[in-house]
Amino acid sequence: MKRFAVWFVLIIAVTFGPRAHASLEIVITEGIDSARPIAIVPFKWSGQGSAPYNFTEVVAADLLRSGRFNPIPTRDLPSRPSVDTDITDFSVWARLGVEAMLVGSVDEFAPGRYEVTYQLIDPLRGQITSGLSQYLDDEGLVSEQEHILETRTSVVLDTQFRQYAHRISDVVYEALTGERGAFLTRIAYVFVDPNAELPYQLMVSDYDGENERVLLRSPQPLMSPSWSPDGSKLAYVSFENQRAEIFIQDIYTTQRERLTSFPGINGSPAWSPDGKKMAMVLSKNGAPDIYVMDLETRQVRQITDHWRIDTEPSWTPDGKELVFTSERGGAAQIYRVELDSGRIRRTTFSGDSNLGGVVTPDGRGLVIVSRDSGRYHIARQDYPSGNFQVLTQTTLDESPSIAPNGSMIIYSTTYQNRQVLALVSMDGRFQARLPSREGEVKAPAWSPFL
Amino acid sequence: MELKKVVKAVAVALPMIVLAACSSTSDDMTTGDESRAGGTGASQTDGRRGVETGAADRRLTPQEERQERFAELRRDHVIYFDFDDASIRGEFAELLSAHGDYLVRNPNVSVIIEGHTDERGTPEYNIALGERRAKAVVDYLLNLGVSSSQMTTVSYGEEKPLVRQSNERAWSQNRRAVLVY
Repeated sequence: MKRFAVWFVLIIAVTFGPRAHASLEIVITEGIDSARPIAIVPFKWSGQGSAPYNFTEVVAADLLRSGRFNPIPTRDLPSRPSVDTDITDFSVWARLGVEAMLVGSVDEFAPGRYEVTYQLIDPLRGQITSGLSQYLDDEGLVSEQEHILETRTSVVLDTQFRQYAHRISDVVYEALTGERGAFLTRIAYVFVDPNAELPYQLMVSDYDGENERVLLRSPQPLMSPSWSPDGSKLAYVSFENQRAEIFIQDIYTTQRERLTSFPGINGSPAWSPDGKKMAMVLSKNGAPDIYVMDLETRQVRQITDHWRIDTEPSWTPDGKELVFTSERGGAAQIYRVELDSGRIRRTTFSGDSNLGGVVTPDGRGLVIVSRDSGRYHIARQDYPSGNFQVLTQTTLDESPSIAPNGSMIIYSTTYQNRQVLALVSMDGRFQARLPSREGEVKAPAWSPFL
Repeated sequence: MELKKVVKAVAVALPMIVLAACSSTSDDMTTGDESRAGGTGASQTDGRRGVETGAADRRLTPQEERQERFAELRRDHVIYFDFDDASIRGEFAELLSAHGDYLVRNPNVSVIIEGHTDERGTPEYNIALGERRAKAVVDYLLNLGVSSSQMTTVSYGEEKPLVRQSNERAWSQNRRAVLVY
């Protein structure tokens, strides 16, 4: 029976097949009003027939979902320039209130290859300089194009259109916010279809739910996917052998390996920032405690030792501390432990209890699941201590995971009696839902930069 | 899936058959079912000779009555818990006694005790809570004399709810420990 189960899981694992349609779709519920208007002008297609791809549709959707920008509707654009010299009157654009405009063009370069050129333009600056600022220096008259924030040209394969569109979004986002874009990242999550023969599925998709792939289907629960820092592997918990075990799977080769199978809990794997260690929860010595495994030698070192629950280890970006959930003070709260000294300190004090702590990529914030009056919300606190702010109004929130640029949190929540994924910006202003067409979606994990 | 159901059905039925066999120690040739039928009596007809045989109700000893009640109780494999709590509620004492008694008398039978939680709280915390519930059942059965080698635990946390809904009724059914033979 056991062998049969393992065999079944493995056979399915190698299929790695795409699903017919993305099962996630982003519905923005809050925060467009506070976003900055931006003009995304459809790129001009110079070839025969219809344009091979609508780059700007993807870019506009990316920027909208970042919560920072509100692309104005295409029908409201005063004209369709494809390069800054097409723009005769910048004041028309400045009056729209847009802080930037993206223009560009697509040409056929060779069969299956296309040349994409685009510019990011500041219309206010353009209005002041009329598209050209000139001054005299030792060399004579110098022209500058200060209003052009970015200009890029690339040859793109037709198989990589969507990826390139996300790349454009990254460039625009970074030029306007000074922060790296995270539009070329992925999410891993668990999809549960209770009616399927193999109900539990480990999935990866682009951050926007596109290009969804099944990495594993199992008759028994799958939990806690965690990315390796290079984005090539996932650690997760599988119950395929009727017990909790931690596995590591290469997301490209499907190669998988069982990392732990200690008696009791084998849970909550978290890769260290340098990729050499794995924090985890084991209950082999009684109560659940935090352990760190050296992935080279496979030696485990016990980090915490308490008779009550210790769980949910998460690394600080410098790899020197772990934050974790502990019941040692009564209700569950977030504590941190210095790995060198073993010193443990409590970090959260607000609400009835706090769980699932994750430190932000800049090391200055802590994202938590906060329980207050029986409600579970995603909250943010300065790290290690300071301001505390509840970010969400959804119910039964859990499993927060932070985008690698620290702009957004993806988490699991309940909507219309089903578990769905949701997004909230780090300031709580922007909120979106990623409903699934069927089944339940949970345990999201945002990839590192890829 | 079907196979699993059959296995489960056998797991439920087998101890009852064994028990029934134990209770029919007298020299009458009644089957387990007939002895369990109690007051309703039992009759058989033999078409050829037109003779009917009847059986009198056999009085059960207190010991047998207890065994019957336990067999009945053991059909139930699930006990329920309060929110964020792993203590065994008094109402399940008799149910656990029935399982404990059976395990003590059948030392080569082993049981897996599954711990489950409702969906509130984080999945990782709930794995820990589910284990605490499973271990509470183990401790209870240990006190009844069951050997620790007969029992293993697995916590599924909130991953295998009985009722996939988000309301108090569903939650109370999902906070459970299940004895799987």
